[in-house]
Amino acid sequence: MTRSGFVIANLFRRRTRTILTLLSVTMAFLLFGLLQSVNTIFNAGADFVGATRLFTQARVSFTSPLPISMLPKLEAVPGVARVAYQTWFGGVWQENTPLIMFSLDPQRYRDVYPEWVMPEEQWQAFIHTRTGMIAGKQIADQYGWKVGQKIPINSNIYPQKNGSKAWIFDLVGVFDGKDEDWKKRTNLAFIQQDYFDEANQFGVKGRENFFILKLADSNHAQQVARTVDAMFENSPDETKTQTEKDFNISFVKQIGDIGLIVRWILFAVFFTLLLVVGNTMAQSVRERIPELAVLKTLGFSDGSVLGFVLAEAFALCLGGGLVGLLLASIAGAMVEKGTGGQFQLTVDYHVWLIGITVIVLMSLAVGLLPGLRARRLRIVDALAGR
Amino acid sequence: MSESMVLIRNVTKVYERGRQKIEVLHGLTLDIPRGDFVALMGPSGSGKTTLLNLIGGLDQPTSGEITVGGRRIDQLSSGQLAQWRAHNVGFVFQFYNLMPVLSAEGNVELPLLLTKLSGAQRRKNVAVALEIVGLADRAKHKPKELSGGQEQRVAIARALVSDPQLLVCDEPTGDLDRKTADEILGLLQVLNREHGKTIVMVTHDPKAAEFARRTLHLEKGQLLEQAA
Repeated sequence: MTRSGFVIANLFRRRTRTILTLLSVTMAFLLFGLLQSVNTIFNAGADFVGATRLFTQARVSFTSPLPISMLPKLEAVPGVARVAYQTWFGGVWQENTPLIMFSLDPQRYRDVYPEWVMPEEQWQAFIHTRTGMIAGKQIADQYGWKVGQKIPINSNIYPQKNGSKAWIFDLVGVFDGKDEDWKKRTNLAFIQQDYFDEANQFGVKGRENFFILKLADSNHAQQVARTVDAMFENSPDETKTQTEKDFNISFVKQIGDIGLIVRWILFAVFFTLLLVVGNTMAQSVRERIPELAVLKTLGFSDGSVLGFVLAEAFALCLGGGLVGLLLASIAGAMVEKGTGGQFQLTVDYHVWLIGITVIVLMSLAVGLLPGLRARRLRIVDALAGR
Repeated sequence: MSESMVLIRNVTKVYERGRQKIEVLHGLTLDIPRGDFVALMGPSGSGKTTLLNLIGGLDQPTSGEITVGGRRIDQLSSGQLAQWRAHNVGFVFQFYNLMPVLSAEGNVELPLLLTKLSGAQRRKNVAVALEIVGLADRAKHKPKELSGGQEQRVAIARALVSDPQLLVCDEPTGDLDRKTADEILGLLQVLNREHGKTIVMVTHDPKAAEFARRTLHLEKGQLLEQAA
């Protein structure tokens, strides 16, 4: 027998209670792992994009499109190398599968986003085919789209001039990312801006949801952003210019402050868990006061007895926590696979690191009070049942 | 038996219960030679268990000196006392006080976790201790699978396993029937006579006291007489 063997044996003295507590810890950490990775998605905003591009949108909201007439003015701003623009199409595949899909000017977009890799002839086909569409490798693989096929896509915003929201595009290219980070983001599709302008019933011709400014020098990002916004201040189309990363974050936060929601849910979960595990530990120590006194009688120091109780709390939190995080990793991978990579619920090492920190803190929180009680125990009183 | 194992000089013990001070031992002086087997008798509240706790280093006197095995223990800190107990005293309680989650051998091995012995050496010592108390064949059994007498034998093996010279027993047969009690007392006698252990035993039972070499009577915190 070892000290750790003794700790484990004590942990399972009330098997049912321990298993139920372990299950609650497991469930809490499963939830923690999944929610934390959701939080990461909503807060990351793609760290790898850097600050080489700025996004300019209407100050009120990017759903209020800006006039294309801004284009030459934006291009004239010192520090801006090239400008692209795009509009949200609101694509829906088949019955109800939303697609991340934009209309854009192919050549400008290609100039601003060299990270997308596609054969030259497919770029040329996209530039020269008005009904052309290109798709990222992920969604092309997921839906079995092949170059040369006609792809029927509905728009949940824009009807065609004949009133139908069912659009048909010619798939002329499939693009990939230049590295692993960009490859993971090939869940997008693009169509020709000219065709979209002409064919949509709403007549939003000449207006774009946002402009993308490629910078000559990323160090001037703040200065360029200030210049652009100052240029359109007090005009009918005031702008808000931010880095691509900030734009990505604000884009996903439209549905609410996910980070805050996640934090509150996790707070509630862990607070409840703290009470459950804390009560288990307190009860476990309370019901074996005489045993703890015997340990001290045999020569175990006050610190050793405190250590035993803390080790039990740690084993309880660690066991449940690791299983929970493992389940979250498996569930995340399944969600990612199930959605064809559209929802990348990766329980990465950041989440594991935070999880393990939480396990340690929680062990201290639930083990310290009963541990200190065990430490302070006076042998003669405890043995006499006082 | 001339060398003293326990030397108690003018010991008093006062407990504070709220505002009330209760003096349990009044200037008690006592010598217990090495290899002795002493039965401490007396009515409830006479201070038997208090004296036993002081001899075993579970508690500290309010005043006076206590020397056990040549070491003054009345001035040791709580940590030093714990260390001292681990190497010098074995304890046997009325209600055995075994760890219910551990097997007999696990219980006996417990004090050895405080030593630097290897796992193999610990197992060997445990086997010897269980052999001495006649329970080698019940090593894997949990306390609830043992009879009261067997549980007390395991407790005695636990008290012996680190080879202390002093055994402190608080009513070791108080929870046992006569026959089993006699067996346990016989075992303690063997440990005293054949293994040279000094034993101090608190008991209410005059028949149990007959197994000791001598009996000390306590009343109202004072030693009354010494009977051979």
